[in-house]
Order: sequence, then structure tokens, then C-alpha cells
Amino acid sequence: MVERSYEKFFRQNRLPHLWCPGCGNGIAMKAIVQAIEKIPELNQDNTVIVSGIGCSSRASGYMDFDTLHTAHGRAIPFATGIKLANPKLNVIVITGDGDCTAIGGNHFIHGCRRNIDLTVVLFNNNIYGMTGGQASPMTPLGKKATTAPYGSIDRPFNACHLAEAAGATYVARSTAYHVQHLVTMITGGIKNHGFSFIEAMVQCPTAYGRKNKMTDPAKMLEWMKDTAQMKNVWDKNPTDEKFPIGVLYQSTAGEIDYSSAYEKVIEMAGGI
Amino acid sequence: MKGKISVKEERCKGCGICSYFCPKQVLRVDELGKIRVIKPEDCIACGQCELRCPDYAIFVDRVAEQKEKSEV
Repeated sequence: MVERSYEKFFRQNRLPHLWCPGCGNGIAMKAIVQAIEKIPELNQDNTVIVSGIGCSSRASGYMDFDTLHTAHGRAIPFATGIKLANPKLNVIVITGDGDCTAIGGNHFIHGCRRNIDLTVVLFNNNIYGMTGGQASPMTPLGKKATTAPYGSIDRPFNACHLAEAAGATYVARSTAYHVQHLVTMITGGIKNHGFSFIEAMVQCPTAYGRKNKMTDPAKMLEWMKDTAQMKNVWDKNPTDEKFPIGVLYQSTAGEIDYSSAYEKVIEMAGGI
Repeated sequence: MKGKISVKEERCKGCGICSYFCPKQVLRVDELGKIRVIKPEDCIACGQCELRCPDYAIFVDRVAEQKEKSEV
């Protein structure tokens, strides 16, 4: 067997990872390292992976870069600090739906507002998996969770709309089924000079699936295949039954990113 | 084009994603919860299993068929 080139980005002594059988986080993590591999300027020395808390955020422990596993919801503030201290670094944030939109919701919108050059990859499994399947702000209406035994009545966030409205300059969505598409979306996000947000839909057969009669991870992937539509197709007939994937928004106005703006401040203040 | 499947057994958790998406039913999860290549000769090297394996346990290498070589 030819050893795959992306394997060098994994901490081999940490694999196999602890995610449940069939968990989509593994697929999304591979997509991130493949995206990094696709861009020749990125290497293990100039790339930093920052993650918060949750199933998704365990990914930083398996990736052989400079990695940071931070407080719950606070991945974006830590990443902002890294980027300001050394703007040459490429900072990728891995976060989950609960981490990013619930406890870290404020940090998320303010990261978008500042347009700081981060790439945020949100692993959306629609539930708090690690803590036992509580409903997250992205659990769809009517879907069950341990804290919503009769179905969730809380209207979910559309994180992509939220990021766009808050000022992110690159917003994309993809799924664990569309692996190569996801890689392309993340590559675009890393290349974008400003705040990039990528929502990666992943399956959670254990916490979400078991409550919602979808325990087979393969069937969940099949559901993604059937329900996701490329943005240009979805735009012609927008429906709630399907969701669009692809680059949902990309700014063409040429907004200045936070590090460049901050450099100007340093210059004005007479610093080095 | 034929495929040669390799499995890193210590990584496999037997989730069955690869066997579900295999168009030729080459793979099956055995009773011990590990993936088995039951019909290696049928593999067409489409790579669907490797693409979606969440545990990086299965790999498909493309190998040229003997026949094709002799014809060329």
C-alpha cells in the first residue's frame, strides 16, 4: 500500500481517534488536512489549529501542527490572539455547533465583525454529542434530544446566514458526504484574506441518530446526499426541505482584514 | 483498472460506511466488528470506501490489469 501523503499531518501515536464508529468528524478532519496539503504555502510550521471544547474540538489533538485546545466556546478569541501576535501564521479554528453558536456565539459574531483572517470550520452534528446529546442551537425543529424528548421547539440558527450578516467575507457549507467538495470549500476559506466560515455537516449516529431513528451512519450520509443541493440549483427553487451547499457568500468589496488594520495602528503609534 | 484494498485493522471500528457505499459489494463488516474484503477480485478502484472512511482505515490503490498491459 502506498502511504497517503496526508498521514504526515496526523499524530500517528494518537490514532485511532476516540470518536464513535461512523462519526463524521473524522471525515471533516481529513478534509481539513487535505485542504492544507493542497496549498503549498501552508506547512506544519506556519499553521496553527485552534479548537474549543466538544467532540469536534478533539480534532486538534490528532493533527500534527501547533495546536491549541482551548476553553469552551473560546477558540476564536484564542485564535485572534495568535493572529495578532504573529500575523504571518495561518490560523484554522475547529469548532462545533454548540461550541460556536451557543457558548461562543458572541465571540463568533465579533470575529466575523472584525474580519480577522481566520478560517473557522464548524463541524455541525446538530447536537451536543460529548455531554450526552443535549439539544444545541443548531438542532433542527422537531428533532429529539435528551433535553428535548418531545422534539425541539427552539428555532435553530442558520450559522451561515449569521456569519454573513455579522460580516464574514467568505461563507461556505458542505457535508461529510461531499468530501472533495468540502476540501475545495476549506481551501477557498484558507485562501480568503479575512474571516472565512465553513459549515461542515457531519453525522452523529450515537447522540443525534439514536434519538432520531437514524442510527446507521451510512444512511445519514445518504440523507446528506439527498438533501443537500448545490447553491446554484437551490437558488432556482429555494425550499426548506433541502439545504444549499457551496460558497454561499463571498465578499467582493475588498474589506480590510483586522491584522492589516492593526498594522496601520502600530505604524501610526510609532511602534516597530 | 482494478483496485487493491488495504485495511489498517487497528483503526477500523466497523461502522459500515465503506460497505454501504461500495457499488460492487466487495466489503462486509464481520462479526468481530472489523471490515473484511470478501470479493477483492470485484473491486473497481472507485475509492468510495477510502473517501468516506472516518477512521482512515481503508485504502484503495489502483493497479493496472494484466490484460490491459499485454494488449498495449
